Amino acid sequence: MSLDTLVAAGLCGFVNVLTGVRAIWKAEVPEKAAPRIYYANHRSHGDFVLVWSSLPPQLRSRTRPVAGADYWLASALRRYIGGTVFRSVLIDRTGHKDGGPNPVEQMGEALAQGDSLILFPEGTRNLGDGLLPFKSGIYHLARANPGVELIPVWLENLGRVMPKGALIPVPLLCSVTFGNPLQPAPDESKDAFLARARDALLALAPSEE
Amino acid sequence: MNVHDELRILLTGVAGLLVVASAIGYGLKLRLAPGNSSATIDNLNARVNAWWWMVLLLGGCLWLGKGAVILLFAFISFQCLREFITLTYTRRGDHQALVWSFFFFLPLQYGLIAIDWYGMFSILIPVYAFLLLPIWETLGSDTTRFLERAAKMQWGLMICIYCLSYVPALLTLDIPGYGDRRLLLVVFLVIVVQSSDVFQYVWGKLFGKHKLSPAISPSKTVEGLVGGVATSTALGAALWQFTPFAPWQAALVALCINVFGFFGGFVLSAIKRDRGVKDWGTLIEGHGGMLDRVDSISFSAPIFFHILRYWWVP
Repeated sequence: MSLDTLVAAGLCGFVNVLTGVRAIWKAEVPEKAAPRIYYANHRSHGDFVLVWSSLPPQLRSRTRPVAGADYWLASALRRYIGGTVFRSVLIDRTGHKDGGPNPVEQMGEALAQGDSLILFPEGTRNLGDGLLPFKSGIYHLARANPGVELIPVWLENLGRVMPKGALIPVPLLCSVTFGNPLQPAPDESKDAFLARARDALLALAPSEE
Repeated sequence: MNVHDELRILLTGVAGLLVVASAIGYGLKLRLAPGNSSATIDNLNARVNAWWWMVLLLGGCLWLGKGAVILLFAFISFQCLREFITLTYTRRGDHQALVWSFFFFLPLQYGLIAIDWYGMFSILIPVYAFLLLPIWETLGSDTTRFLERAAKMQWGLMICIYCLSYVPALLTLDIPGYGDRRLLLVVFLVIVVQSSDVFQYVWGKLFGKHKLSPAISPSKTVEGLVGGVATSTALGAALWQFTPFAPWQAALVALCINVFGFFGGFVLSAIKRDRGVKDWGTLIEGHGGMLDRVDSISFSAPIFFHILRYWWVP
């Protein structure tokens, strides 16, 4: 076992112990690795670790998080965790105006290689309740890669474990709910698809008191 | 006969009952036509299997002595508190108070029991945590549902830390002529209260007709309650030789902790129904969460401790 897999296993183990995370599948658990897009709500920098470690091992090794280059390239440790350990697809969130690589193409390449992606379509961490409006990237990505299933993933409680600015995590129990896969219909507009995908994700959230 | 011999007798008795329960569960499973499955029987078997683990764990800790029992219950409190707070409404402003609850008050409470400081462990949470937690929460500068958040957190600490810590606190009681045998008080409490849960389940499944309170707990019946409490009160009386009690006293004490234990489960069921969940968690297969298993202990342990302290400790 290489050092990188060891670090990944260690991080997952830590997150598992801290959050007692439980994976809930609304649909059948996929048996074979195939390019899929897991899209989740975003509350904390640990989100992708939680999704990643909730996947069955055979899917996990072929799944890569999509993350903002501005954050994950900012220090050597982040570059190591994000880049080397989890093989993140690092995208430029500022809109690649200065001729950088196109994020949709970058993600498409990973899918073409047979990898799955973990995507946070809100685009940034949501510090309030509920779900922010989706960025349009997920629509363009789905259009450019027909046949790839999108699976909504609701992360519950991780934002309470480690809210923004907190130094010590609180060991609350988290759950990761995987919903039914969806794809854009041939004639579905961008706005209609984004709304449908967002509703599918919100539907997985436990009802508020 | 020293305390370990008595412990061995009690644990052997419990193991014997579990062997019978496992055999019944296995027999019921065999009687089903092949290919059929029954959720009730599967749940019964999962429960019995979990009981084996719980008895081994508690028995092992009792064998090792006071330190191990304290650590075990500190862990149980920790797990209960995380289950309780997970289902409780909190906001970002509560984070500081939660960190103090988990990493300061919880270890401190059990530490105070370890050093036998009754004057402090009996007031740490009802006085100090009660006052300090809302103070920390005001530092979050968030008044949304403030009293509700503060009160729920205090309630969680009382149930999950304070009340449960009275189980290892039994090991601090100095009962004349009883001495180190006080380890058996833990066994007595756990056997009486948990067997009451089990007997209520069995009586309810076999003879239950009249629902006790469908709004709170759909599975509890009058027949289950009466049969269960009566059976485990009789069991408690039969165990009098292991306690500082005369037989009639053992029966009365067992009845008392049974009634409190029953209402412990009942009160926490009411909270679960209000939150729209069936169980507090998923830690113990067949039983639900940790708090589902120890809710009755939480309500009976402080009562048992104070009965003993008032009448048996000079």
